[in-house]
Amino acid sequence: MKRLGVFICHCGVNIAGTVDVKSVAEKIGKIEDVAHSTDYIYMCSEPGQQIVREAIRDQGLDGVVVACCSPSMHENTFRKAVKSQGMNPYLCEIANIREQCSWVHQKEKEEATRKAEEIIQATLEKVRRNEQLEAIAVAINRRVLVIGGGIAGITASLDLAEGGYEVILLEREAALGGHMAQLSRTFPDLDPAFNGLLSKTLEVEGHPKIQLYCYSELEEVKGYVGNFELVIRKKATSVAGEKCTGCGVCIENCPVEYVSEFERGMGMRKAIDLLYPSSVPNKPVIDREHCRHFIDGTCHRCEEVCPEKAIHFEQEDERILDKVGAIVVATGYDLYPKEQLGEYGYGEIPDVIDGLAFERMLSPDGPTKGKILRPSDRKVPKEMVFIQCVASRDPDRYMPYCSRICCMYTAKHAKIYKEQVPDGQPYIFYMDIRSDCKGYEEFLQKTIEEKGLLYLRGRVSRVFQDDGRVRILGVDTLTGKMVEVAADMVVLATAIVPSHGVKDLAAKLRATVDRHGFLTEAHIKLYPVESSTKGIYLAGCGQSPKDISDTVSQASATASKIQALLSTDKLLQDPLIAFVDEGICSGCGICVEICPYEAREMDPRHGISIVHSALCQGCGACIASCPNNACELRNTSANQVFRILDTFV
Amino acid sequence: MRYACLRVGRRYAFLELVMDYLYFPGCTLYTKAKNFDQTARNCSLLLGFELKELKNWTCCGATFPLATDNIMALLPPSRILATAREEGTVLTTLCAVCFNVIKRTNRLIQGDGEKRDKINNFIEKNYQGDLQILHYLEILKQDIGFPQLREKVKKPLEGLLAAPYYGCMLLRPFKEMGFDDKEKPTLFEEFLEALGAKAIEFPYKIECCGSFQSVGSPDVATECAYKILGSAIQNGAEAMVSTCPMCTFNIDHKQSDIKQKHLDFKPIPVFYFTQLLGIAMGLDYRTLGFEQNAVDPLPLLSEKGFL
Repeated sequence: MKRLGVFICHCGVNIAGTVDVKSVAEKIGKIEDVAHSTDYIYMCSEPGQQIVREAIRDQGLDGVVVACCSPSMHENTFRKAVKSQGMNPYLCEIANIREQCSWVHQKEKEEATRKAEEIIQATLEKVRRNEQLEAIAVAINRRVLVIGGGIAGITASLDLAEGGYEVILLEREAALGGHMAQLSRTFPDLDPAFNGLLSKTLEVEGHPKIQLYCYSELEEVKGYVGNFELVIRKKATSVAGEKCTGCGVCIENCPVEYVSEFERGMGMRKAIDLLYPSSVPNKPVIDREHCRHFIDGTCHRCEEVCPEKAIHFEQEDERILDKVGAIVVATGYDLYPKEQLGEYGYGEIPDVIDGLAFERMLSPDGPTKGKILRPSDRKVPKEMVFIQCVASRDPDRYMPYCSRICCMYTAKHAKIYKEQVPDGQPYIFYMDIRSDCKGYEEFLQKTIEEKGLLYLRGRVSRVFQDDGRVRILGVDTLTGKMVEVAADMVVLATAIVPSHGVKDLAAKLRATVDRHGFLTEAHIKLYPVESSTKGIYLAGCGQSPKDISDTVSQASATASKIQALLSTDKLLQDPLIAFVDEGICSGCGICVEICPYEAREMDPRHGISIVHSALCQGCGACIASCPNNACELRNTSANQVFRILDTFV
Repeated sequence: MRYACLRVGRRYAFLELVMDYLYFPGCTLYTKAKNFDQTARNCSLLLGFELKELKNWTCCGATFPLATDNIMALLPPSRILATAREEGTVLTTLCAVCFNVIKRTNRLIQGDGEKRDKINNFIEKNYQGDLQILHYLEILKQDIGFPQLREKVKKPLEGLLAAPYYGCMLLRPFKEMGFDDKEKPTLFEEFLEALGAKAIEFPYKIECCGSFQSVGSPDVATECAYKILGSAIQNGAEAMVSTCPMCTFNIDHKQSDIKQKHLDFKPIPVFYFTQLLGIAMGLDYRTLGFEQNAVDPLPLLSEKGFL
């Protein structure tokens, strides 16, 4: 007969306030093979762990049940504790009597006490039949894939590369920079955004440890933490990168012009063009949707004028296979689609633009060369209205969350506007002002005082065009009056939404997204940069809206977490995986089909199915589907499960 | 086969009736807006259907209670709905306020089981919210069809620049009313185009007319009306078209007040949409109740050659 130990935690009053822990300990102590049963106020504390260690040593226990919180909190703590006494860690199990008992039954104390007993008894059943297992060591690939070449991806890549790890940086657009390349100046210091970014992008381009793939997307990913296999699709740019010197003659000569998305619809670009001037890499790309050569074959201008003969119309998409150990998802954001913002006249009235369009207007290399001119007639707007929280914080119709950057960038916009047009009047409609980071509140107050910005606390109901001006109907809730402003131009601080295509990418990576499409972290406070899938890490606005400084901090945090992961060449994995009884398996192959991790394979020599221990995640899908009951999960065998069920029914 | 007899132009016509619609007129249509009611009834005969007046109808309550615990104010519309359900499955109205109150009450009874039971206990009926509530314009669009309407028009209103004024009651709250697009409704414009008139686009077409403010703070309502009318006139309107007796009171009857305050204001006639429909269908203008319109539309109509 085994000698088992049961340790019941009070968790302060979290458990003991509802469950009568003393009586449970006493009752459990009477079970035949329970050699030791006790309770303590905080079992996870050092003295608490000492109780466990001493009991193992003094009582010679060969199985431990700790009744406390969820195993995702402290299973590891107690397994380490028992291991220090020479016990196999897989003989220690957690009975969750907090989340699944005391917290949910706070008003039914007696019932909760009875349920806690049953949960402990069930866990005892499991421990009685647990095997001694050893962790599986898996070789690890010490390279990293970073998806997204905005400031988050750039920062993470540079940090990792500086740490000595090889990085593959993937960017969907033709050049690095993301949305930061579109910005004019950044708050709160009013630094030119582009200069800061340029030094970083150049560093990435020249870094020997960073392999940069622009105009590329992740097509396929297989494998697991430490061993991801990638298929990258490098889209044809029709320009031979090694020959092109970036002289720009092709761009000057291209006859096709169309509205540039980078300029938010306010500027034009050519069919062969850079994403933006002095982009990194500084090599143009042919957009095949607009290039006349690809539409009807009538134009070869760029090919003719290129002094280096670098135009290769016949270039095809390239599929690149590679392997990495960890992946950073830094996919960034889009602004809320304008088609769905009817009441603001957005998309219909030319003088209603969004924050990014205004950034382009303020940029020295933008469509107006940094001058504030309204799009309809290129006049200097004398009255400007800024509307905050457009589609943010509106759970009924739009997004319930706060987009976090709008309060500050609107103040910055109004300040720059006032500097450029001193006799102009900016009006800002706001709900609350959120300026909670270092120097933000000071920046804001100073701006309001110095520049005489008119902040109106209230929402806008309609924006429409009348008499050549843009009329804004709103309310000022501080005076309780309706406000009507006839403005020359309106800037909407539209909500941040996840970048398009993130859901597909997340599905490929088996990472989860929340209902708005933001990637979910493993734990909002304790594991904020890890996704719930091991080996997938998050940085930047793909996880939640954030400003540049927060994005850079998070990207560095992500990089350091990955450096810790890759600091060893072997990764220890839980051995709680599937195994096959070779005598029973008939080789039907149903499990091979059903396995989501490609961990099951047919062994053609023996005609049975085998388990790749490094790939198996222990999900149990194959076990449920096996018609012969030939597979089992280690330490969750059918026998154990049935006995656990017996305890409850 | 049923027929109706109606004077069209100089002759009496026998009109074949294909169907009936259960019709809730509402109080205003029996008093201040008789012209709205009468023209609608006559036009429907010309279009082949009859408005069958609901028996024993009462006032709709005139406002939908915004307080969630106010059951009392829901009782009159609920009683109307329950009686209507005993007679048919579709109920139609003309007045935008009645339409709003009745449609929203119906929706509430449909979706909220607890309130449904309470209301049914009060009015001693068992109404489940399964009536379809249609505005007269919706019937014209869905059941008659605007292309078909265009064919039936005898006197196209060519050259008339009319501003369709929706007001708020037809459209808001958007989710509950579901009448048309919330920011850019077009149903009214389509109707006017079918009659041959030119619909004027103006930004205040879905703004509030001031509603009952005309009782307590008449200045507020006058200002609202001035903004609406001014914007329509500036965009080229010669006439306004309304779906609501309340709106009509504010934008038609208040024009004399506006004139006193804004000396440069030039009054323009305000029609009920059914009055324009009547002209286009060839009804005698003397049967269209223009004597009830505050700003006399006859000079404009004769100038345009519609009389």
